[in-house]
Amino acid sequence: MSTETLEKSGQEIAEVKKPKEALLSKKRKELLSNPLDEDNPITIQVLGICSALAVTVALKPTLVMAIAVTAVLVLANVVISALRNTIPNRIRIIVQLVVVASLVAIVDQVLKAYSYDVWKELSVFIGLIITNCIVMGRLEAFALGNKPWDAFLDGLGNSFGYAWIILAIAFFRELFGSGKLFGMQVLPDSYIGNGVMMSPAGACILLGILIWVVRSRSGYVED
Amino acid sequence: MENLINIFIKSIFIDNMIFAYFLGMCSYLAVSKKYKTAAGLGMAVIFVLGITVPLNWLAYNYLLKEGALTWISADFAVVDLEVLKFIVFIAIVAAFVQLTEMVIEKFSPSLYNSLGIFLPLIAVNCSILGGALFLPTRDYQFAEAVTFGLGSGFGWFLAVVSLAAIREKMSYADVPKPLRGLGITFIIVGLMAFGFMSFGGFELPFKTTEEQQASQEKTSAKNENKKVGDVVNSVVNYSE
Repeated sequence: MSTETLEKSGQEIAEVKKPKEALLSKKRKELLSNPLDEDNPITIQVLGICSALAVTVALKPTLVMAIAVTAVLVLANVVISALRNTIPNRIRIIVQLVVVASLVAIVDQVLKAYSYDVWKELSVFIGLIITNCIVMGRLEAFALGNKPWDAFLDGLGNSFGYAWIILAIAFFRELFGSGKLFGMQVLPDSYIGNGVMMSPAGACILLGILIWVVRSRSGYVED
Repeated sequence: MENLINIFIKSIFIDNMIFAYFLGMCSYLAVSKKYKTAAGLGMAVIFVLGITVPLNWLAYNYLLKEGALTWISADFAVVDLEVLKFIVFIAIVAAFVQLTEMVIEKFSPSLYNSLGIFLPLIAVNCSILGGALFLPTRDYQFAEAVTFGLGSGFGWFLAVVSLAAIREKMSYADVPKPLRGLGITFIIVGLMAFGFMSFGGFELPFKTTEEQQASQEKTSAKNENKKVGDVVNSVVNYSE
């Protein structure tokens, strides 16, 4: 693919237009699109695995989780990026944790108020967004050194990359595990649910296979 | 005492942090390439979990829970600070980790060299915060909380060391290229989790009272397919 040349030309354009960069320049579009495939947070960067495995038993809680992570990641990225020049380097981890923890507390309360069933099902995993490596990883690697709008796009791209992977896993787990999608019967009633898909172990193996597929498509090889 | 042994064994084998809840997966996968680093981080997790879970238990029961502040004055009986639990828990964990790092660096440079580099990683390890977040859902006494923290730490240690041992052997195997690294590791973890599921059928060594024995006989039929049943139930419940 010509991604390298694209990147280069994107950088050149960005350099030329430095004083006034377009709202959605090529470089910024890449911030949004790269994490979906070739720089995916789960399959390539290996971040945020805990929740990817734990909440994906069915599509509905997974969708809620994906929305929660998107909200937290985007907002945290913007806040930290806006504060980046005022945060002392030594205590940056604690500052990041406090910002993320406050955002998660808000998301937790909103979910508790508006969709109590799913909130109960997700239980501790909402709280664990705080230590979700995607959030911390993007804050460290991107938000601390970039402008708020770029950080916003980066957060959006990465959380979508995360969302489509966990939704894909949840799709297969719910379909083969209980013959349903979003709680509605899809496969005929005579289908007997596959217990392996429902168990955590099955999720691991499914994710392994998904990574195999994604990587053999993108040609990424780990040594 | 017998109750404590039950909790200890349960948190190591049956409710293993990795294989039952997938907590601390990120660092689990990242450090399990070499046996030595895996053992180092495992030790650090045992230590930090063993201390922060009791600390968070104290914070929860004397500060956050509804009516927890009555030790100051009876007027506070209606105060419920549970909203703040995320911030308080993570602050305690992060502060403790930072403190330990500084103390170890000062007093034992050799320990710092083997353990110290892992400590910053631990502040963002899901298993530490996860251990704290399980406290409100389980009604533990203080001693039980200590045991639960230590047991979970040992379970994590066991999991990371055994995966590292397998991965070291794996380096001689010829794995398909796109599957190398992360992909095959996930499949191994899945197979290990199957192994650990068999502990779910264990009878815990001590039964507290005769009553429980009787009730266990009653439910023994249910227990057999409990593992799969639990998960299926949760799905069925929400679809209703």
